[in-house]
Amino acid sequence: MLGRLMQSEAVWLFSRSPAAILAAIAAVTIVLGALFAPWIAPTDPYDLSSFSLIDGLLPPVWEDGGDPRFLLGTDDQGRDMFSSILYGARLSLAIAAMAMAIALVLGVGLGLAAGYYGGRFDAVVMRIADVQLALPAILTALLIDGISRGILPRDMHDDLRLGVITVAIALSLWVNFARTARASVFVERNKDYVQAAIMMGQHPLRIMARHILPNILGPLLVIATVDLASAILLEATLSFLGVGLPADSPSLGTLIRIGMQYLLSGEWWILWIPTLFLVVLVVAINLLGDFLRDLFNPSLR
Amino acid sequence: MVAFILKRLVQSVFVMLAVAFLAFSLFKFVGDPISQMTGVETSIEDQERLREELGLNDPFFVQFARFTGDMLQGDFGYSFRTREPIGEMLLSRLPATLELGTVALVISLIVGIPAGVYTALRPRGLVSQSILIATLIGVSIPTFVIGILLIFLFGVQLGWLPTYGRGGTVEIGWWRSSLFTVEGWRSHVLPALTLGLFQLTLTMRLVRAQMMEVMRTDHIRFAIARGVPWRSIRYRHALSNTMIPVITVIGLQFGGVIAFSIVTESVFQWPGMGLLFLESIRFVDIPVMSVYLVVIAFFFVIINLLVDLLYLAIDPRLRVRESV
Repeated sequence: MLGRLMQSEAVWLFSRSPAAILAAIAAVTIVLGALFAPWIAPTDPYDLSSFSLIDGLLPPVWEDGGDPRFLLGTDDQGRDMFSSILYGARLSLAIAAMAMAIALVLGVGLGLAAGYYGGRFDAVVMRIADVQLALPAILTALLIDGISRGILPRDMHDDLRLGVITVAIALSLWVNFARTARASVFVERNKDYVQAAIMMGQHPLRIMARHILPNILGPLLVIATVDLASAILLEATLSFLGVGLPADSPSLGTLIRIGMQYLLSGEWWILWIPTLFLVVLVVAINLLGDFLRDLFNPSLR
Repeated sequence: MVAFILKRLVQSVFVMLAVAFLAFSLFKFVGDPISQMTGVETSIEDQERLREELGLNDPFFVQFARFTGDMLQGDFGYSFRTREPIGEMLLSRLPATLELGTVALVISLIVGIPAGVYTALRPRGLVSQSILIATLIGVSIPTFVIGILLIFLFGVQLGWLPTYGRGGTVEIGWWRSSLFTVEGWRSHVLPALTLGLFQLTLTMRLVRAQMMEVMRTDHIRFAIARGVPWRSIRYRHALSNTMIPVITVIGLQFGGVIAFSIVTESVFQWPGMGLLFLESIRFVDIPVMSVYLVVIAFFFVIINLLVDLLYLAIDPRLRVRESV
């Protein structure tokens, strides 16, 4: 009953917020494009035989000299930019979503336990969180990336890149989840339903997962949305700095880094189209996050 | 008050020790310095002798004590990559980063605080609304994209400003400054804007929120009722009360500015510490990475300490409570 009421209210608020509708359309379009990239993209950017140097540096179709085969033009190797961007967005979103999921599980788990048990465990987790919060996420991610390069054998670097970046981003984002979960648990723990469950002798894990967790999902969902945007930005920044994904499997950030070489020449599409994609994606997700925050926090309305 | 300062000092020392320990563990457990220093043809016996000579077989805590002691004396060791002393490498890069960070911070303050006050006093005005929307978009655009946009607009299209490097430098002792040449100032504009924009939006939103809250408090209402001039209410009574959280955040931001300068320095090829750190990551230069970590932590600790001392100076209640 409550769920249905919440849903109808959410739908009603959503229909009255043009920013949220636009953001949702943009985000869903890009996500679908990324998800179905192998079916939508005209060529496979990873397949070296699918493009040729003869088609290099062609502008998008609406410019003079554009080729109808290449909707958004080609890069210097003759790769179709539209396909590259779809596959790039696919990689960016996959890494960001994975990193966010790991951060969510880790952060919520630690936060729940810290809030539930309190005491020394809580103190240790929160001190670590404090220290990490003082360091900007980009610095944490860079450090983890650098350390992993030192630990892992050199010839495995490229194969493990994807995993390393995902873990680096996840470890720089878990703190928000942990703090929110912990704060919510402090409120919920003293409520009657939790006390009743404790007195019935239920296992703490069961109380945390079955009773408390469903009641603190709202704020966690908001953080998940905002952190998804942060994760996309972090991955793009790492790749842009040249410590992220390599050029043969480019994410949006790698595409922008490659495009930087054309900043001074006339081939604007190689740089600006991936940049536009990235910015639209992040702005859209952030706007959706703002909408969710307002939805779950009626006092702001 | 003295006790308070002493307590904070002791805490700071412990934080620095913890960071030094982390940096040392990095050094100790990631990569083997002997294999970095010697070639394939060095015999196992020679490697072992070198290990013994360098004290790498000593107990962990003996090595850690030596590491900390050397650092305190300004000996930061040598880079794996360039074989130069790290202390000198960092010192030669330090002025560039500090100058860029300071200029960025100053820009964010002299624009952010007035903009925050203005949007707080006229929340429904057209200008305020446009400023707020602009900052929302500004927060969502990644730093490096802002840098590229600025380079494209002012460097490539209009050709007004240089897009890479520091411009001319003047040496004052060991400090190579680019704040004393026209070209140096021109070089600062784009990177400092890039670096400062995020801090600017943060400062503005914070000042706005605080100011709106303070304007609703009793002592301001009382001042209004008493007929104190608006000017005095806004800028003497209200603004001074918004400053405490603002100072905290600004202080913590400066650390953020130094960390974010990694991205900005990379976009603008600014020869600062961030660029050095990035290179050291790419080449797995563990000693440089760990020293960078210690230096950054040192900045954070010093800034936190200064922020606490500033509290004492600004908020008379703290002084009273401490002395009672």
